[in-house]
This record gives sequence, structure tokens and C-alpha cells, in this order.
Amino acid sequence: MKDTVISTDKLTKRFGDFIATNEISFDVYAGEIFGFLGANGAGKTTAMRMLCGLSTPSSGKATIAGFDIYKQAEEIKKNIGYMSQKFSLYEDLTIVENIQFFAGIYGLPDKKIKEKTDLMIEQLGLKNEAKKLVGSLPPGWKQKLSFSVAVLHDPKIVFLDEPTGGVDPVTRRQFWDLIYAASSRNITIFVTTHYMDEAEYCNRISMMVDGVIKALDTPANLKQQFAATSMDEVFFELARGAKRKAD
Amino acid sequence: MSDVILNNIRKTYNKDKLVAVDNVSFSVNKAELFGLIGADGAGKTSIFRILTTLLLPDGGSAIVNGCDVVKDYKKIRKEVGYMPGKFSLYQDLTVEENLHFFATLFNTTVETNYDLIKDIYIQIEPFKKRRAGKLSGGMKQKLALCCALIHRPSVLFLDEPTTGVDTVSRKEFWEMLKRLKQEGITILVSTPYMDEATLCERIALMQGGKILSVETPENITRAYPEKLYAIKATQMSHLINDLRDNENISSCYAFGEHHHITFRVESEDVKTALFNYLHSKHYENIELKPIKPSIEDCFIKLMNN
Repeated sequence: MKDTVISTDKLTKRFGDFIATNEISFDVYAGEIFGFLGANGAGKTTAMRMLCGLSTPSSGKATIAGFDIYKQAEEIKKNIGYMSQKFSLYEDLTIVENIQFFAGIYGLPDKKIKEKTDLMIEQLGLKNEAKKLVGSLPPGWKQKLSFSVAVLHDPKIVFLDEPTGGVDPVTRRQFWDLIYAASSRNITIFVTTHYMDEAEYCNRISMMVDGVIKALDTPANLKQQFAATSMDEVFFELARGAKRKAD
Repeated sequence: MSDVILNNIRKTYNKDKLVAVDNVSFSVNKAELFGLIGADGAGKTSIFRILTTLLLPDGGSAIVNGCDVVKDYKKIRKEVGYMPGKFSLYQDLTVEENLHFFATLFNTTVETNYDLIKDIYIQIEPFKKRRAGKLSGGMKQKLALCCALIHRPSVLFLDEPTTGVDTVSRKEFWEMLKRLKQEGITILVSTPYMDEATLCERIALMQGGKILSVETPENITRAYPEKLYAIKATQMSHLINDLRDNENISSCYAFGEHHHITFRVESEDVKTALFNYLHSKHYENIELKPIKPSIEDCFIKLMNN
């Protein structure tokens, strides 16, 4: 029996008359790499914000890492990691300072912080750069560091919002190596992307159009279902009919 | 005839410590759709800002439309259109107001050049009374393109117009560019999406301030030095490591539903040996097929050189 770490039932968010996310229901399992795709304005960000405990749903149910989305938002925040589209480490702190800062925020004890910091610097091969300001790092390194910081506290789930936007093709692949490594440690990966080749790296994919989940399956099954040769075609087929063009 | 010429352009920041553009030379022909392809930090934006006279180069020279980017900057500013990567219209003016404002800046009217923007503008016209700040990403992008075109520029600079935009809107945007090219406008466009490279007539692949190659997309892919294969089997994430450990494999990386590999030596024996190796590691449903390299394959190859 697979452990369910995200479970939503008719989860809905309204802004006035506008239904940003309309009765979405799905489950995500422990260690799974789950691709959350959709056109601009489909309602992905709104859904993600609810799942992270940052926005209260209008109706519907959801549990994240076993915690109720309405009553236990603070518990949810402790058990998840989040990497935003926008680089959000402190550019004017060094690599080590950033790691220590975020480890402190997540309440790790001092001894553990030191252990984690050393391990992470080692794994990322950043020994010589450890005392450099984060702002001076090349963009690809920043992304990898952000990801490592997002999983620093061994969360049950990590939410990645377009983690590889603007990243070169080699670094993009190294980034996915980090994702696979986290997934093999049983961390669930919930990821959005505009790169359709990356959709193929996910175990399962959901496709949102106009606030609803239009399709949810493995990449292979989706391609079969839509008689498509690539995920790009599947996406095009589904998103083409979208009415909404809002962000 | 070349419309844009760069000759050993160099730009450094932070007291020469960071080289953003490293002696870059290339030229763009009249009415050509030319792409600068590269990731963040490749130097694309610095090049755009130098060519639009918003940034002074530290070395080299550049000519846009027959004018020097340093000496004749005033002339260039009148003749080029520029859509920066960051949305830079007035958020608190409406769609219509923004368009009129930019037309006025260039001493022209929306009516005079309406034919040029008509196809794009009609898509956002239903929202003409809406403030630009309240538009969606796709609509902002269309408005920015209209504003960059309203004075009928001879050269159009588009800095990452499709970043963060979904596949459907991206396809629409490239269709618009093709139509503008037919109007005789020279277009220099940058993108981090390798699949968009094939939509340009010629491209410059860029990495770390340097040009890796300037060619037509067909010539770049044709110049790929080895035979490239796509491979697929059960357990794709383990497969990549086992392939990398195999002594006959020269390169291996993930590429959508397949992994792409090249062999050190090309022969039937090597392929048979690979199948045996993978069977011994209990992989099933192994598929191996030769494929045509894409721009992304070429970029990876050039980056690793």
C-alpha cells in the first residue's frame, strides 16, 4: 500500500465570481515525482498556495503530509519545502550563512545545522565557494543551492515552482539528478515546468486547464490516451481549448 | 547587407571581475529573424542593451542600421524597437494609453502605423480600457510588442519574449514574428528555450558571454560530430547511471522519454555488447535507435567541449 502524502477532495478557491481552482481532487504518493502542469492562468499557483498552507480554500478538503489544510496550516509548513520561481536566498549572505539561516528558521538544533551544512557543501561540490556571497554565484548554481536549501529539513514534500526556468541544458539535467536523489530518499516532489521534456521525467502528471484537472496519468498513458508522440502534443491538445488567459 | 554588426564587443561588470560579454562578433542581415540562444548569464541581455544604446561597451564596436552605437545613439533610438525581458510599460496606464504614449514619444500616431500592429492588437483590444498592470502574462507580452512596433522600427530587439509563457502562447508569438519579418523588419530575439531555435533563420548559441556557434539551425545540427542514439528501457532513472558506467559509452544524458547516448567507437559489436550488458543488469524492453540531433543536443555537446 502506497503512502498518500497529498490528498485533495473537490478543493476550490474563489476570488469573488472568479473560480481560480475548481473542485480539484487528486492524490500524490510518498517519494513520487508529480508534475503539475497547465497553461498560464490555469490555476496552478493558486492550487499550490493552498497546498502549502499559504491560502485558505473556499471549499473542499485536503490533507498535506497527514495534516488538515484548514486547521493545521502551521504543521504543514514545517513538513514541506518550497522553492519559488523567483530566486529567494539572500544574495548578500554567503552560501554557508544562507544554509545556517534557513536551517535555523526550520528549527534544526545547532549540532544538526553544522552537520547538514558540511554535508550539503560537500555534496554540491562547493567547498571553495562556501564563503562567497550567494549573489556572485552563476545562475545554475543558485538553482541547485535553492533546491538543497528547500530540502534541508528533510520535508515530506517539496514544492518546486518552475525550478529550471532560464537554466542551461546541462545544469537543467544536473538539477533533475538532485530531484531523483531526493525522491529516492522518499521525499515527494511536486513540480511545475514549462519544459515538456521534463514532464517525461515525472512519475505522473496532472494537466490543469481553466481551473480544473483535465488529465492525470503517467506520461506514457497520457501519450497513448491522446494518440500523441510527445508530451508537447498532449499539452497542446489539452491547453488549446483554454478560455482563460490570466496569470 | 547587414543591419546589425558586432565587432569584438566586450562588457564587464564589477570592476572587470565579471565578464558578461566576451569579445563577441556576429552580424544580422536585413529582414533576418536571428536568435540569441542561451541560458541566464549567457550575456544576451547585455548585448541587447549595448545594441539599443542603453549600455556602453567596454571594448569593440557595433553598428545598428548603419549607425555606431556609441556615437550615433540618438539616431539609433529613433529607429529601433526594444522589448526588454522585464515588463517595462506603465502599469497604471491603460492598454490604449500605453500605446498612444509610445506613439507620441516617437512623433507618430497609432493610426499611421496601425496596419503593422493590427493582427496583434485586435487580440488585446477587448481589454483596451484595462490598466496594463492588470493584464495577464500573455496579454502584457502582446501589448509590449505593439508598443515596440508602433513607430515602425527598422530593427526589432526582443529580449526573452517567451520566458515563462506556456507552449500554446509561445507558438502564437512565433507566428507573429514570422509575419513581422515579411514586413521587412530585422528581428533579433533571445530565448532560453532550445526548441525555439529552429524557428529562427540563423542563431548564435551563447554560453558564459561567449558565442559557441553562429549558423542556420540546420547547419548546426548537421555539424554534430558523432552518431547520436536514443535509448529507452524499464527503470529509466537507474539506466542513466548504468549507461554512464559502461566503458563503450562516450556521453549519456536524459532527454524526455529517452536517454541520448553516443559510443566511443561505432560498430555493431559495441551495440550487441551494450544489449548484453543491460540484459545482465535485468533491464527489459530495451529500445535503441539512431536519431537526428536537436539544437539542444548540439548545445550540450558544445558546452562540454
